[in-house]
Amino acid sequence: MARLYVSCRINGDDTEYLCDTSQSLLDVLRDELELTGTKEGCATGDCGACSITVDGVLVCSCLVLGAEMSGKSIETIEGMAKGEKLHPLQEKFIEHVALQCGICTPGLLIASRNLLERNPNPTEEEIRFWLAGNLCRCTGYNNIVDAVTAAAKELRGA
Amino acid sequence: MGIHRGGQESSAPLTPRSKSGYAHFHLEGSPGPNTAETVLRAWRHKEKGMSDMRFEAPATVDAAVALLAGAKGITRILAGGTDVMVHLHSDMVEPELLVDIKRIPDLHGISKEAGGWRIGAAVSSMQMMDHTEFAKAWPGIIDGVKLIGSMQVKGRATIAGNLCNASPAADSVPSLLTAGAIVSIAGPNGKRQAPAAQIATGPGKTTLGKGEFITSIFIPDAPPHTGSAYLRFTPRTEMDIAVVGVAVSLTLDNAGKCTAASMSLGAVAATALMVEDAAKALVGSTVDSAALDRLAAAASAACRPIDDKRGTKEFRIRVAGVLARRVAAMALERAKGN
Repeated sequence: MARLYVSCRINGDDTEYLCDTSQSLLDVLRDELELTGTKEGCATGDCGACSITVDGVLVCSCLVLGAEMSGKSIETIEGMAKGEKLHPLQEKFIEHVALQCGICTPGLLIASRNLLERNPNPTEEEIRFWLAGNLCRCTGYNNIVDAVTAAAKELRGA
Repeated sequence: MGIHRGGQESSAPLTPRSKSGYAHFHLEGSPGPNTAETVLRAWRHKEKGMSDMRFEAPATVDAAVALLAGAKGITRILAGGTDVMVHLHSDMVEPELLVDIKRIPDLHGISKEAGGWRIGAAVSSMQMMDHTEFAKAWPGIIDGVKLIGSMQVKGRATIAGNLCNASPAADSVPSLLTAGAIVSIAGPNGKRQAPAAQIATGPGKTTLGKGEFITSIFIPDAPPHTGSAYLRFTPRTEMDIAVVGVAVSLTLDNAGKCTAASMSLGAVAATALMVEDAAKALVGSTVDSAALDRLAAAASAACRPIDDKRGTKEFRIRVAGVLARRVAAMALERAKGN
């Protein structure tokens, strides 16, 4: 069977790719487009390592088909820093040592940014609930929550 | 597979492939047993190379029906995809045709109609949670929707899919039953409607015929002074599967006396159950302690659970009663507030 042609936007750039009908968007990003910042953890939607946004909605890219993306706008970790300038969340993750091995970090950053877009001043409980779908086996989460809280404060200009 | 979520499926029930290949797949070089299951599954799927599955994203319900009717083999509907994608990539099912229904404009949107609300089959859990007017009308349904997987999963998963996946533990289903939700179905023999309670017949099995799929779910308006609520028991607070789930909807008169009540239980039988004795327990009372005792007894009596790693029969029966009291108390407070 012929591969499907898909045209969409990724991190603001018009992008075209060919994909297999059963290929996940995660595999398209990593294997076809060499956007390997998005990580594969479980491939079943349980760990959140592959978190991206599609038209502003936070999703697991392992649970999305590449074939579905015609006309969609996708944001991945590669679009988060602007050139050399890190996003405040990225800076605060470093400052608060909110990562160790780093596999969960791209997903956590994307999920955290999506939270702060919806709720610029989340409580600790709201942060923990929002990030419940992003598993981290290194940090114990406290540093992540601290980093998100600090980034939220900076983004609010407080 | 961890979490129950949306992604509706039509036609044949799950047809697990022979797993005989697994035993001979050599593990040399595999880093350890902890990763074997997932890694094997993914490798095996990727090594098969290109899929023969056809992908279509029609723009109308009629076009979707025609595509499904024309397929000889297994078909699947892609809405949220949070169950279907896991089934595809674990080779539990190899459909001939996958029909993405999200390009059908009619299936999007939460709209107020005469007598109730209509939720399109492509509406995600997150869209429902963000709809403040609907959440105010049917908080019990939103209680369940909020518990479907992670935020990432809620961004995609649909209640139509939650219903069609036919897990007994589906979190949005008990409240749909207590609300008296009516499902609109399209298929090769035309359109039909069915109560939400008549969709699932057992784990992974539904009454949907070959080529049929849900287009929307209609939720009737609640009478004044109605409150609804859903709670579940899980070992973890998030990202877990209900060991017991209980939904209650009750209506009060101006004097605070209960005039109507319904209760549904999840994860204590092969499908979500309606508990007919709930009305007997509550109607005519002020939902006082004695009435709640009767409701708890009715909940426990209705359970037909299995033992599994998440809970024993005895535990589930007991917890159903405990949750029934708590959920009814929540529903009562909400009924008093509107």
